[in-house]
Amino acid sequence: MSSLYHPTVARLTYRALLGRRRALILFTLPGLLLIISLAVRLLTGSDDGTADAILGGFAMATMVPLIGVIAGTGAIGPEIDDGSVIYLLAKPVKRPTIIVTKLIVAIGVTAAFSAIPTLLAGFVLNGNANQLAVGYAVAAAVASVAYSAVFLLLGTVTRHAVIAGLVYALVWETFFGSVVAGARKLSVQQWALALGQKVADGDVITSDVGLATGVILLLVVTVGATWYAGRKLRSLTLAGEE
Amino acid sequence: MTTIAIDNVSRWFGNVVAVNDVTMNIGPGVTGLLGPNGAGKSTLINMMGGFLAPSTGSVTLDGDPIWRNEQAYRHIGIVPEREAMYDFLTGREFVIANAELHGLPDPRGAARKALDTVEMDYAGSRKIATYSKGMRQRVKMASALVHEPSVLLLDEPFNGMDPRQRMQLMDLLRRMGAEGRTVLFSSHILEEVEQLAAHIEVIVAGRHAASGDFRKIRRLMTDRPHRYLVRSSDDRALAAALIADPSTTGIEVDASTGVDGGLHIQAVDFARFTELLPRVARDQGIRLLTVSPSDESLESVFSYLVAA
Repeated sequence: MSSLYHPTVARLTYRALLGRRRALILFTLPGLLLIISLAVRLLTGSDDGTADAILGGFAMATMVPLIGVIAGTGAIGPEIDDGSVIYLLAKPVKRPTIIVTKLIVAIGVTAAFSAIPTLLAGFVLNGNANQLAVGYAVAAAVASVAYSAVFLLLGTVTRHAVIAGLVYALVWETFFGSVVAGARKLSVQQWALALGQKVADGDVITSDVGLATGVILLLVVTVGATWYAGRKLRSLTLAGEE
Repeated sequence: MTTIAIDNVSRWFGNVVAVNDVTMNIGPGVTGLLGPNGAGKSTLINMMGGFLAPSTGSVTLDGDPIWRNEQAYRHIGIVPEREAMYDFLTGREFVIANAELHGLPDPRGAARKALDTVEMDYAGSRKIATYSKGMRQRVKMASALVHEPSVLLLDEPFNGMDPRQRMQLMDLLRRMGAEGRTVLFSSHILEEVEQLAAHIEVIVAGRHAASGDFRKIRRLMTDRPHRYLVRSSDDRALAAALIADPSTTGIEVDASTGVDGGLHIQAVDFARFTELLPRVARDQGIRLLTVSPSDESLESVFSYLVAA
């Protein structure tokens, strides 16, 4: 089997992802976004500035990375931690196939629980005026890809993937980025926003990096992280506890 | 005929040597890998299963290296020691998934057969999360057997099983061995290994300590020097009488704990010494107050084997 996708690996991965308790966060955050959007729309009416603040400040800055952490690390981390990954590894299936399959599932789950709610929230907030909803949804979808790859790698290399992921998502992207201007250039969120900016009308969505830079960095990070995760999995050592 | 060849293999973790220059061949039939906890059995099995690279030396399956060779798993079935499985699946779903991962043409049929073999068909539609330890062990077996491998590796398979489950599993492994498969299991309990394995490899402190059939291993283990702690009504007189006999090689009077510290006796001929001691005591009119073996721990039995 030389394909990079294995349906059985995919089935096991998404059942594990959606079956765990932490999957509740997958439903909670988008739910929260939609409730806030609905409340804001009802209270203040349609307004581009408010819509931008909610979609940029909450959906892109907080919700997408958090869902990325849960789906990305959750797609492989728990299996490595508890040792059940042995049932995948002790098979004539290429290790990169396992990684790429898990990446596809993580991207699918992250996008489903972040890009789609972002799109819906955008329509609720201002009826997609200035293509704001679509722009942010595209940015969220693109960010889902890179986040999934990065957090899948984290799940492969460290037992503390969730913590490491949260630190990156919240401290680096959210806090550090707002204090140190340079840090914003090295942020999946900003690269994805560069694409969102292109899709939306005018300059409602803004990014600290140009479109070309954003696309290139997204590709480099996604491909690099996936390649490295496959490599790590190839030489994964299951420490024997005696 | 499938043979796992371990050739001058060492494996260290940082400064700790877990496996030290081991060479052995595991061929068809049931082989027991015996050793105390922490001896390096799991490290060896992990290397045979392709989950650990040897630091030096080679581990091969019919000549092909196992490390970083996914194709080797077409011939190897692994029953890990760890409990974790995909608990959210039913037993049958789990075995079917394993069959699919092996790329078998009829995953459902293969899974049914494997579950039949371990007599778990009746519980196949229950979630693994609801299984008892013995049931989990059997489903693990089914998942390892689903592609009818020629090699079966089991890490401490009897741990935590009750006697009936133990017997069932032993029967099953015997059958696998009789069919010409290469079955290797690890255990730290001699009796367990004796009952099941025609061939035993002993590993102690990372070294290959002994190899052979269970009679040979058993003899090695009873022929070793035994140490006893003996207290009596007259330690020194008893010591003098015992040392005259060649079955003892050393006697130490323990003065550390005061007057009746007792004697530390090293005996080299187990049978002769056990007959000698009461006879000498009776002849000399000495009362024996304590006679206890002081090093019957498995660890000391094994460490003797390493030195031998």
